[in-house]
Amino acid sequence: MPLITEPNLYSPDDFYADLIAAHEGLSDEESEALNSRLILILSNHIGERETLKQALEAAKKS
Amino acid sequence: MFQDRYSLAFKLYPYKKSKDQDKPDAVRHPVVIVGGGPIGLATALDLGRQGIPALVLDDHEGIGMGSRAICFAKRTLEIADRYGCGAPMLDKGVVWNVGKVFQDDRQVYEFNLLPESGHRNPAFINLQQPYFEKFIFDAICTEQERGAPIEIRGKNRVDAIDVKDDHVVLSVDTPDGAYQLEADWMIACDGAGSPTRDMLGLGFEGRVFQDSFLIADIKMKSTEFPTERWFWFEPYFKSGASTLLHKQPDDVWRVDFQIGWDVDRKEELKEENIRRRLDAMLGDDVDYEMVWSSIYTFQCRRMDKFRHGRVLFAGDAAHQVSPFGARGANSGFQDVDNLGWKLGLVISGKAPESLLDTYDDERIYGADENILNSTRSTDFITPKSKVSKNFRDAVLNLAERYTFARPLVNSGRLSVPCTYDHSPLNGADDLPGGPVTSRVGSPCKDAPVGHGFLLDQLGNDFAILAINTDVPNSVDIDGINVRSVSLNTTDDLTGALAERYLGSESQAVYLIRPDQHVTARWREYDEDALRSAVRKACGKE
Ligand SMILES: Cc1cc2nc3c(=O)[nH]c(=O)nc-3n(C[C@H](O)[C@H](O)[C@H](O)COP(=O)(O)OP(=O)(O)OC[C@H]3O[C@@H](n4cnc5c(N)ncnc54)[C@H](O)[C@@H]3O)c2cc1C
Repeated sequence: MPLITEPNLYSPDDFYADLIAAHEGLSDEESEALNSRLILILSNHIGERETLKQALEAAKKS
Repeated sequence: MFQDRYSLAFKLYPYKKSKDQDKPDAVRHPVVIVGGGPIGLATALDLGRQGIPALVLDDHEGIGMGSRAICFAKRTLEIADRYGCGAPMLDKGVVWNVGKVFQDDRQVYEFNLLPESGHRNPAFINLQQPYFEKFIFDAICTEQERGAPIEIRGKNRVDAIDVKDDHVVLSVDTPDGAYQLEADWMIACDGAGSPTRDMLGLGFEGRVFQDSFLIADIKMKSTEFPTERWFWFEPYFKSGASTLLHKQPDDVWRVDFQIGWDVDRKEELKEENIRRRLDAMLGDDVDYEMVWSSIYTFQCRRMDKFRHGRVLFAGDAAHQVSPFGARGANSGFQDVDNLGWKLGLVISGKAPESLLDTYDDERIYGADENILNSTRSTDFITPKSKVSKNFRDAVLNLAERYTFARPLVNSGRLSVPCTYDHSPLNGADDLPGGPVTSRVGSPCKDAPVGHGFLLDQLGNDFAILAINTDVPNSVDIDGINVRSVSLNTTDDLTGALAERYLGSESQAVYLIRPDQHVTARWREYDEDALRSAVRKACGKE
């Protein structure tokens, strides 16, 4: 499945607030570790190598 | 001693000694409104139009200088239309739809509010707050000429209040000395610093944001800047951690710089220092004149309850939000809209006092929604931690190339009216194919009907909106006259009425509250069901 880059999040503001709240009170290292775990969990959810490769490319392009 | 706390843009109600001041005993008034800002004035207008005597006490003699609010939402204009002051606001205001978001020196994206067509009013107008207040005041004068019992007393400062079971005693100071008044009902509209809130010893809890913002309203000599909202995150010109540029009437632009918490206010407010920031942003060759400047900080907070027996709080006195999202005056206007008819019914003996507790339920729900939205915008604009800033910057970075990130960019979620989904006043929602946007609790959407607009026809009282079905012209329910607005497909030239009120149904009957929120809806008219819904909406069931 090709990478979705159009809006696909249900209720973006709620999601963003949850994301920031998950980091509340964490040190920088703890936050980094949380982000790493989160990326792995989401990657597993996506599953497809081709999609993940596209995501990596998109993130690297900045 | 009587000292002004601010200078005036419009002197409108100079101090005049009132007869009440010479009476040996305190004179009783049905409603006393403390504070003549936009919310106090609008409350007086709402009540006066219903024939309920409203006395406004303000410690100044008119409208304060300096703009503060500039952005007024469609819902506010719709309420103002009901009050007879919407047209001059729309006339004077600047309509805008396009916004651009920048980071550093690049444009992240551009948006268009794309307002739905078929509404009398635009999504937003920009208008300096003093004009907004002046138009409300003008409508009060018009109503007074028609006999509306509204009175405004300038330089009448409330210094003490004593809340009794069935009335309130107010001590008022004036240039001629102090006097006392009694009020069956008191409405506190005395602003974010509400002295009456303090007099009652009531709290005002919430979050303080450690940042200051410098506002400069400037008049441009050449007007090449477009009528758009421009917002910079970390602008290259470094005049603020974020900056907002937005047009107002009279060729005036609002510039709002985020300048940090530890600032020397006096120093920052010197004209040469403000000009330094402005010149860095605009370039040296742009000619402008300073109209107004100020530094503000803010908090997001509300009172626990807005009703305290015979005292009701409204506007900034009851709740305060950050300016991002323009939810201050706009939400205060919804307070007025909500309180006006309820207090009117209670005072005229047509509804129990407990109806006023639903002002608490509904407007606290509204305040929480506003506080949540404005807090989130603030957290995005001024991230509180390194990781929060990383995410913010990642969103801005991705938003330039990938549309998915754009809905996450939050430079203010502009004020929309709230839907009272769980209000105790809500009746039946028996229109299975009806649109979600007109579900019970929602504010009525406007639509073109015949040669006019729907909201004008709904008016200021309970109304039955019947589409493609027969209903009686009016029904009397416990002394409340419920009038019908009967429409059918031939009135619906654009199809907007069907889209907004029928959905997949072929006919519908709506019960609309005086504040133009839907309170019940059915496929078919049934008088018993209507009676029960009206009674429920008046707090009787
Ligand atoms: C920088 C800035 C930008 C803003 N932008 C927007 C915007 O774009 N859109 C929006 O909707 N809102 C905006 N707001 C918020 C808006 O200005 C307020 O929500 C609005 O003014 C609240 O009105 P009010 O009538 O409740 O209170 P106020 O306007 O504060 O009026 C209170 C009145 O009570 C009087 N008073 C006080 N104490 C006493 C006393 N003891 N006795 C008698 N009278 C008394 C005062 O003199 C004053 O006249 C902004 C605010 C700021 C600071």
